[in-house]
Amino acid sequence: MIDRDQVLHVARLSRLRLTDEELERMPGELSKILDHVEKMDELDLEGIEPTTHVVELQNVLREDVPRPSLPRERALAGAPDVADGGFRVPSPGGS
Amino acid sequence: MTEAVRQYEPVIGIEIHVQLATRTKMFCGCELSFGEEPNTRTCPVCLAHPGVLPVTNAEAVHFGLMIGLALGCEIAPSSIFHRKNYFYPDSPKAYQISQYDIPLCTGGRLGDVRIHRVHLEEDAAKLVHAGSSGRIHGAESSVVDFNRCGTPLVEIVTEPDLRSAAEAAEFGRLLQATLRRMGVSDVNMEEGSLRVDANVSIRPAGQASFGTKTELKNMNSFRFLERGIEAEVARQEQLLAEGGTIQQETLHFDPEAGSLTSLRSKEEAHDYRYFPEPDLVPMAPTEEMLVRARAALPELPAARAERLERELELPADTAKLLSFRSELGDFYETALAADSDHPRRLANWTINELTAAVGDGDPADTKLEPPVLARLVAMVADKQVSASAAREVLAVLIAKGGDPAQVIEAQGLGRAGEEELGDIVDRAIADNPDAVEKIRAGKQQAIGALVGAVMRETKGRADGGEVQQMIRAKLGE
Ligand SMILES: [Zn+2]
Repeated sequence: MIDRDQVLHVARLSRLRLTDEELERMPGELSKILDHVEKMDELDLEGIEPTTHVVELQNVLREDVPRPSLPRERALAGAPDVADGGFRVPSPGGS
Repeated sequence: MTEAVRQYEPVIGIEIHVQLATRTKMFCGCELSFGEEPNTRTCPVCLAHPGVLPVTNAEAVHFGLMIGLALGCEIAPSSIFHRKNYFYPDSPKAYQISQYDIPLCTGGRLGDVRIHRVHLEEDAAKLVHAGSSGRIHGAESSVVDFNRCGTPLVEIVTEPDLRSAAEAAEFGRLLQATLRRMGVSDVNMEEGSLRVDANVSIRPAGQASFGTKTELKNMNSFRFLERGIEAEVARQEQLLAEGGTIQQETLHFDPEAGSLTSLRSKEEAHDYRYFPEPDLVPMAPTEEMLVRARAALPELPAARAERLERELELPADTAKLLSFRSELGDFYETALAADSDHPRRLANWTINELTAAVGDGDPADTKLEPPVLARLVAMVADKQVSASAAREVLAVLIAKGGDPAQVIEAQGLGRAGEEELGDIVDRAIADNPDAVEKIRAGKQQAIGALVGAVMRETKGRADGGEVQQMIRAKLGE
């Protein structure tokens, strides 16, 4: 069972601000999802490798050959606040 | 036994991040940046635009395998990337692609230190502090430069096998020399292509279990690493002596103030929520990839030092210096191939006189050819030229090139002949009756004045020991 503090913790890590109503609703909803996943424990998975990919590909590698980068104006085109040729952000940690 | 007199033993492990010297980034085709204008080496992949897919750089994997093989690691038959989730402006995806429970390489050893693991990951963007000129008036702001974002990194983690700050710095230098020799990284600490963190704890001498460790972040030279660890060990010792307990925390060492400050508060403990990167498939090094990585390994510094010591009977320190600075070792061995009669003397000239002239530079970048150095050293050994005159000849050869015999001839630096030297010694004796009297009265150090006078007169073209002998002989001592 996910409790309210865990929801707040996960919300903080994801930088989400939840309304009181959402905070009320989330523990139950998240718990339901986990319960659903936990159903898998009912299966005998002894000796079965965890699946990290569903396609059986490996070593998809790229030659170390440069490709053109974006012109700076295009790279910065979507930035809400541009300064000194970069993306301006509030100072992390505030100091 | 009181706490105050208790002996503590430091337990240190280090983590090293090295930027790989590939041409392009880890997961996109942007070229690596060397001081280019900010945000000129970016693309939708490294800016984390929606819908893009990373593709792993084959050369980065090759370098990772080379490092794993050089350190005697076990290479994972199949390893995978994970997402390390965190929220910070240096990571536009809000996660770093790294490796978690199945790294590329595990185990291994360098010198006496066991390697825990070696894994591949990507570097973060650079944040430039912009002061309080932000859009929100008065607010502090930073400017993000994504040129570095996505640069291939290898993280090397040791076991906690180091027992002093000096050992940690020494190991760091060996690892740096090894990586430099392999050509997989620039390993420049000041420019950040090699970054070192240290995990430090202390325990009562003789105790098997470890104490609580702290992490010292990002020291940009091995000297600072050593001083930072020393300061942290002293801080922990004092804390325990006062009956306190050590908090697990991350610390920054300020080398100027010699002080340590905590970087993160406890409650903000990181919770990275690792999970397998769904956009990248496993890396399963093929026999061909392993053969290629093995073939690319040169003789590594530790092995070279051992060989120079064993085969040429060089002192351990000399062999180490020639191996840690492989450009000196290469110059030395090329010179030695031209004339192998004086391995020790040639080594001393390389690590003393040559480095005095080129500093941290590469002697191969000067006008001096390695066989020419060997010839000059042979002339010193055969007493055709004095050591001090040979130093002047060396300076000319480094700046202009040429042949030692010609330089000696042209500059009149040839060794003073017996007859010429005899005349000069006679004059020195005649000119310094006080000193002569003192020597005769048994004050042996007074001979220095006479030797000095002769050396001045010959402008260093004589050998001090020989001059001294001649003076003694003439004075009938
Ligand atoms: Zn890119």
